[in-house]
Amino acid sequence: MRRNERRHAPSAEADSRVLFDAIGADAAAERAAQCSVPREGGWRPGARWARNERAQVEAAIEALPAHRRPPQRELGRVSEAARPVFRPAEERVAPPAPLRELARRTEAAEPLFRPGTRGWDGADLQAAIDGLPAHQRPSYQELSRKSEVVGSPFRPMPPDEGARVAMPPLQFPGEDAPNKRGRGVGKRDRYRNEARLPRRSARDGHGGEAGYVAPPNLAQLALMPSVQFPGEGPHPDNHGKSEPTAPTYGQGRFFQTGRTLGSVVARVCRDGDAAAFPELAAEPPLVTARKAGPRVELAAVNACARSLGLVPGMALTMARAQVPGLEVRAADPEGDAAELRVLAELIARRWAPNVAISDADGLFIDLTGVAHLHGGEERFARRLVRLLARHGVGARVAIADTPGAAWALARFGTEPDCVSLLKARQHGQLGQLPVAALRLDGAALDLLARLGIARIGQLLDLPRAPLVRRFGRAITLRIDQLTGRAPEPLDPVEPPERILVEQRFAEPIATPVAIEHWLRDLMARLAVALAQAGQGARAVELVAARVDGVPQQLRLGFARPTRDAAHMLRLALRRIEEIEPGYGIDALALRVRRADPLGPEPLSPELAGRTEPDLAPLVDTLANRIGLERLWRMAPIESDVPERAVACVPPLDPPARAAAALKRDDVRRLDGGAPDHPWQPRWPRPARLLRRPEPVHHVMAELPDQPPRRFTWRGVIHRVVRAEGPERIAGEWWRRPAERHAVRDYFRVEDEQGRRFWLYRRGDGVRPETGDLSWHLHAR
Amino acid sequence: MTELESRSVPDTPTIADLRRTVQAIAGENVQAMPTLPFGLDAIDGRLAGNGLRLDALHEVAGEGASWGDDSAAVLFMAGIVARLSGPVLWVVRTRDLFAPGLFQAGLDPRRVIYAEARDDEELLALMEDGLRHRSLCAVLGEARRVSTASTRRLQLSAQGGPAVALLLKQTPRGGGDPFALPSAATTRWRVASAPSAPAPWGGLGPACWRLSCVRQRGGDPFELFVEAPDETGRLALPARLVDRPVAPERAPARAVG
Repeated sequence: MRRNERRHAPSAEADSRVLFDAIGADAAAERAAQCSVPREGGWRPGARWARNERAQVEAAIEALPAHRRPPQRELGRVSEAARPVFRPAEERVAPPAPLRELARRTEAAEPLFRPGTRGWDGADLQAAIDGLPAHQRPSYQELSRKSEVVGSPFRPMPPDEGARVAMPPLQFPGEDAPNKRGRGVGKRDRYRNEARLPRRSARDGHGGEAGYVAPPNLAQLALMPSVQFPGEGPHPDNHGKSEPTAPTYGQGRFFQTGRTLGSVVARVCRDGDAAAFPELAAEPPLVTARKAGPRVELAAVNACARSLGLVPGMALTMARAQVPGLEVRAADPEGDAAELRVLAELIARRWAPNVAISDADGLFIDLTGVAHLHGGEERFARRLVRLLARHGVGARVAIADTPGAAWALARFGTEPDCVSLLKARQHGQLGQLPVAALRLDGAALDLLARLGIARIGQLLDLPRAPLVRRFGRAITLRIDQLTGRAPEPLDPVEPPERILVEQRFAEPIATPVAIEHWLRDLMARLAVALAQAGQGARAVELVAARVDGVPQQLRLGFARPTRDAAHMLRLALRRIEEIEPGYGIDALALRVRRADPLGPEPLSPELAGRTEPDLAPLVDTLANRIGLERLWRMAPIESDVPERAVACVPPLDPPARAAAALKRDDVRRLDGGAPDHPWQPRWPRPARLLRRPEPVHHVMAELPDQPPRRFTWRGVIHRVVRAEGPERIAGEWWRRPAERHAVRDYFRVEDEQGRRFWLYRRGDGVRPETGDLSWHLHAR
Repeated sequence: MTELESRSVPDTPTIADLRRTVQAIAGENVQAMPTLPFGLDAIDGRLAGNGLRLDALHEVAGEGASWGDDSAAVLFMAGIVARLSGPVLWVVRTRDLFAPGLFQAGLDPRRVIYAEARDDEELLALMEDGLRHRSLCAVLGEARRVSTASTRRLQLSAQGGPAVALLLKQTPRGGGDPFALPSAATTRWRVASAPSAPAPWGGLGPACWRLSCVRQRGGDPFELFVEAPDETGRLALPARLVDRPVAPERAPARAVG
């Protein structure tokens, strides 16, 4: 129609305009019928349609499938104005008329509730807080926050859960300016020596250029949008604008996010999918990504993501653009291969003896002579699928009489069911599968596609000799493997055999002497078996089968793989009292639960030239008594804070790798001296440290840097005779922001009897934000 | 074996093993017992064997019952172990040892394995395990209630191997003498703090201890003032008090001004 219009444009413009309008009306009607989301303006709460037909809008949102609903961020805006709590202010300042029409709920970007400001007296705060709607009440953290200098700088302040502090009524930031102005600017702060200056903001021109502090426009405050992205959006400090010169809202913009409706709602989605896969609503889209060359692409997608149009091989950035709420994990091919191997071993142990790994995600299982044990081939397949589903693995099983046919059917079968069965010698059914089901390489597939051969059936009809001439033997081999004329042996996975040595007795034994004797014998045999397998035991289980059928188990663990029969025997004998023979023991078995490969060992460490002794047997012995968690070594950490200068590491650590060599032009090469040990003796440290520094009382000390003359600790008065200090240790601002200004001044003092103490004072005595000048004892 | 050889500390466990084997073949020689001299004549001259016997149990006690009163004893033990070579096992009841302090007494943290025991019996059993292992150079522990039989067992375990056993006897809660029960230890020490000499720059010099050997096998008890160990773990005699017998303290020096 448009083409017709152009031709007739010079002569019949009015007609074309009418036609165009008619088309537009039709399109609008169609859009309104299909999707109730308005095209321009989008989810703009406060819009007239949202205001008036709230219930209908909500019903429409509910009717949408989950993946098409607008994100919660956009939905969270309520289309009604919030009533500001501070009623008198509303009467004081009349809101401008056009702003009121928008009528959006708001919260200012910075918290409106800032407790700890001076000048508040305990009044009807609870009433004020209760007067706020539930979503606007300040959190407990804000309520209980005191000024930072009171709390411990190196530990987080515990919030007062449930403790309602009597606090003054709400005041918006800057609100106290009118109150303060009456008292004068030079009001002294409790912690500062100089007068507290008012906070600089745009209200007073960022530093007083304008010289006029405007009262806050509360009505405007009440009309700010609830969602603020960092660095954007109107702010009460800026007179309601995002920047002083920012443009006003344009048409079709979501609060200056830069996104338009089209990109938000344009998701590739076929309407029929929602019905076919009802579980889509429950599962969020999840993909794994891997790096292939210069770009990151999707390795695997789940069902929900696939229905949204993501396929493996797509670029990750495109996937993210299409599906904003996408969850991405890193692909782990080695882990997947290991787990596939574990699954293969499991199936080989219990289900069918010959299991081979076919691909990165497939297994060949040989059902010869096994299917009847599981009640038939189909039942076997269904049970397998159910087993895997219980472990969260989705599977498709295809049963055929050749591996090639099974591969093709499993991967490219078109039936929606998970299990497909091919009757014997019915290869005609495979004719409909695409040629890719033949496991050919890419070049051959391209060539076949160019030749126009798309189905296996077409390939089967072709004469074989020209195929061999064109493609080599690969295609014909695959065809023969599919039909069964060429053999395809499987390379089965062998489940590892667990080493087990057992001794059965003609008569049950019950005395510890006998048990010890046979244990010695068994340990020797176990050592021989481990040596033959080239392994060392990490976990061994001793199972004593009793006459009455209650087996007694004893588990031994070793830090390093070991074959030493004497060592294992010593550890077992230490715990032999745990075995209760009862009426007698019929059999003793030693089972290796975990083994690691262990090469040949030298007979004694001196012969091997090892200078430092082997501590692994010692660690085993200790760990079998108290557990590995109670064994540790201390490692230095470069930190000034004493509690953080030490880390506990496991006792048998692998040797630390040598530090990477510096580059030739690295500036650290200029430093010729050896690096200081973090525990260098220039800063003396005590031998025992209190976990929590204890406060000391009645401290007499001159500020700012004189050591105390006397103090009282745990009720005992100590008079200080000699002292050294202060050693200033500042908080680590990169760990916790509360430590930014915190400072501890440590003093080493000696009292009149020669006892030495390590005290510190919080704060440097000059600036109040560094500490509250309280004294603590940290160590002796 | 000459005096020099008997006094030197073995470098590697291999040589110590060989030496011991040769000694065992040649017959026991009292003077060739492995000992660790303190480096101070005032102590070594009064110890039987001219040093601390290395294949024996030694007990050390602090001065008081409150927390931290045995920190001097801890540093004394750390100084002894710092001058040995080899891995160390330190069995504790609570995790309040501060490794930087021990490092500044000469004990490298890479040598020490710490083990936490739940009660005194387990602590002594762990010490015994460590001593039986024969590859450590020292086993340290801190306990409150140790029966005589347990000390006998520790002494026997220590006698076989190259490891020295140092047991810190903590004062029982509520006061009392940590050395109330008899024990089979070779030496018993008590380390108490003493006022230190003021440093020339007006600060704090090295700490001063009153070190007393309360009991030793084959010798007499003695007592003297020493300075705390330096970075290598060696004790020193305080300069001012080197020729002075143990005298009651005078009025304390003037406070820091």
